[in-house]
Amino acid sequence: MLNTDTIRPRGPIVINIENITKHYVMGEETVHALRGVTLQIHRNEYLAIMGPSGSGKSTLMNMLGCLDTPSSGSYEFNGKDVSAMNDDELATIRNHEIGFVFQTFNLLPRSTSLRNVELPLIYAGIDPETREERAAQSLRDVGLGDRMYHKPNELSGGQRQRVAIARALVNNPSIILADEPTGNLDSRTGEEIMSLLENLYQNGNTIILVTHEADIAAHARRTIHLRDGVVESDATSEPAEFQTLAFT
Amino acid sequence: MKRFIYEVNESWKIAFAQMQSNKTRSMLTALGVIIGIVAVTLMGTAITGIQTGFDKSMSILGDDVLYVSQFPWARVNDWWNYRDRREIKTDYAEPLNRMIAATPNSNLIIAVPTSNVVRNVKQGDYQVSGIFIQGTTADYPLISVVDFDEGRFFNDLETRTAANVCLLGYDVADALFPSQSPLGKEVQIAGVQFRVLGIGARQGSFLGLFSLDSIVIVPLPTFKKFFSAKSESDIRVKVRDKLKLADAKDELTGLMRRVRALPPEKKNDFNINEQQAFKSTLDPVKNSIALAGLFITGLSLFVGAIGIMNITFVSVKERTKEIGTRKALGARRRTILLQFLIESTSLCILGGLIGLTFAYAMCFGIARAFPSFPIQFSFGLVLIGMFVSIFTGLISGFAPAWSASRLDPVTALRYE
Repeated sequence: MLNTDTIRPRGPIVINIENITKHYVMGEETVHALRGVTLQIHRNEYLAIMGPSGSGKSTLMNMLGCLDTPSSGSYEFNGKDVSAMNDDELATIRNHEIGFVFQTFNLLPRSTSLRNVELPLIYAGIDPETREERAAQSLRDVGLGDRMYHKPNELSGGQRQRVAIARALVNNPSIILADEPTGNLDSRTGEEIMSLLENLYQNGNTIILVTHEADIAAHARRTIHLRDGVVESDATSEPAEFQTLAFT
Repeated sequence: MKRFIYEVNESWKIAFAQMQSNKTRSMLTALGVIIGIVAVTLMGTAITGIQTGFDKSMSILGDDVLYVSQFPWARVNDWWNYRDRREIKTDYAEPLNRMIAATPNSNLIIAVPTSNVVRNVKQGDYQVSGIFIQGTTADYPLISVVDFDEGRFFNDLETRTAANVCLLGYDVADALFPSQSPLGKEVQIAGVQFRVLGIGARQGSFLGLFSLDSIVIVPLPTFKKFFSAKSESDIRVKVRDKLKLADAKDELTGLMRRVRALPPEKKNDFNINEQQAFKSTLDPVKNSIALAGLFITGLSLFVGAIGIMNITFVSVKERTKEIGTRKALGARRRTILLQFLIESTSLCILGGLIGLTFAYAMCFGIARAFPSFPIQFSFGLVLIGMFVSIFTGLISGFAPAWSASRLDPVTALRYE
């Protein structure tokens, strides 16, 4: 069996990080969360970032998600220098380029699925008709065409996470950044979400998964281990179920 | 720009949803604004009411009439310079009118003499005391607005023949003839019989000044015959163009000096008054009452605003994670700022609307219960009330909204 990644032509570079560091001053102490990370992520990669707590995993995710800027080093997103951007410019990048999937779903509790998915489009300045059309399509894409007018408390955990994924997808982002997407779900629902992500990957999306669970990370094609703020290992691998398939 | 409109739209929806899901809290917060708006608008109503009453009182004087009197109306600090002045005589009217007629392009139209005295008026068992008896000529309606409920003003003939006829002010008529029309009936003024020719329409009174409702008007020759003792006279002169009041005043001063035969080196020994003189005396008093009133009621609105600010801070704190999520999804600082400003403003608008409704109801009630109290609820007041509530919302929401917009997305997302 051939490695699917080796026959797939590598896409253009989406994320190019060079030697970024991040430190926080906490009282007297300076915490070095990242001590020089260099990383390239191409279009249509499925990448997992792993590491124990305190490894700098969350900090790296915040950097990748343009929620935070590095203390030093450079970060280019689709060729644009992100490291020097101000808050509002970063907000625009997040809106156009990044789809967030959170562990706790982070849906607006009093809004319907449709309104939740519409939110990024409002900030993108898209007119109401197109907004609703695209949000509805996005919900159908994740299999929630019949749950558009339900509020989060009327949905199961798995459905909530799918609404969140629909919201992440709705503005056609360059990357989908999923932070422990199965952390609040039982394992069966977790698997459903992972196969949804797998589908998205197969359809050409770039997915970055942040997790500390090895079996979740195993879905990715490339795994990066962080330890003490540096990249410990960066390995390309076959996904678990494909390996099983290869042996039968 | 489109994006801005969508964001504003979205913010209104959020604000509305927030109010719906926190009904008790929103109502209690709005209550502060409601009380503030009620207080401020009622105060505003009272002030405009006072102003209207004042203006109405003033309009009885006429804004195009000059009053030639012995003393100035405005208060003076050097009264000793005035005490030796000669009285104004009603006879001055005749030479004045002659001279006005002889002057081409005169700024003056006509001079009408009036004399005043206080007497008691009686009819049967009814008596009213301390009534202004005013003697004047048939030209009086030319210089002053005289509205009649019934009857008419006396004519030239009745004036010249010194007929015992009179006109009753509304209140006088009401007091003397509680159950019948006074028209054609007899009244006794200081023991002299007069026939009632007309009854004035209700003018209302304010500050106890110049209410035409409590005077009795008689022909001047009749007045001289019976009441000249202790009477005070002035000459009222109507001006052609009230925009040229100063010119008219100069002209009248010249005429009066001729009538009084004052040599050039002598100062004027009379005063030409106009309603402006009153206004300039009373305006500062009135304005400072208004200002103090608005300031005190404004304090209650201020307390309401603090409530709004407080609740918006709570709202920002509660929804820190939501703010983080919105920022992650691409909300800019401005978006978040706008969202919370609109939330606080919508609370204030809610309070303002309810407050204005209350204020309107109260004005209506007061106007019903005390018809004489000059209270006026105007559309302008509603506009001002709404403007004040919106302004309050913006001001009180700004600090919390600003702090929300400045939140770091990473910290906000992690907030539990």
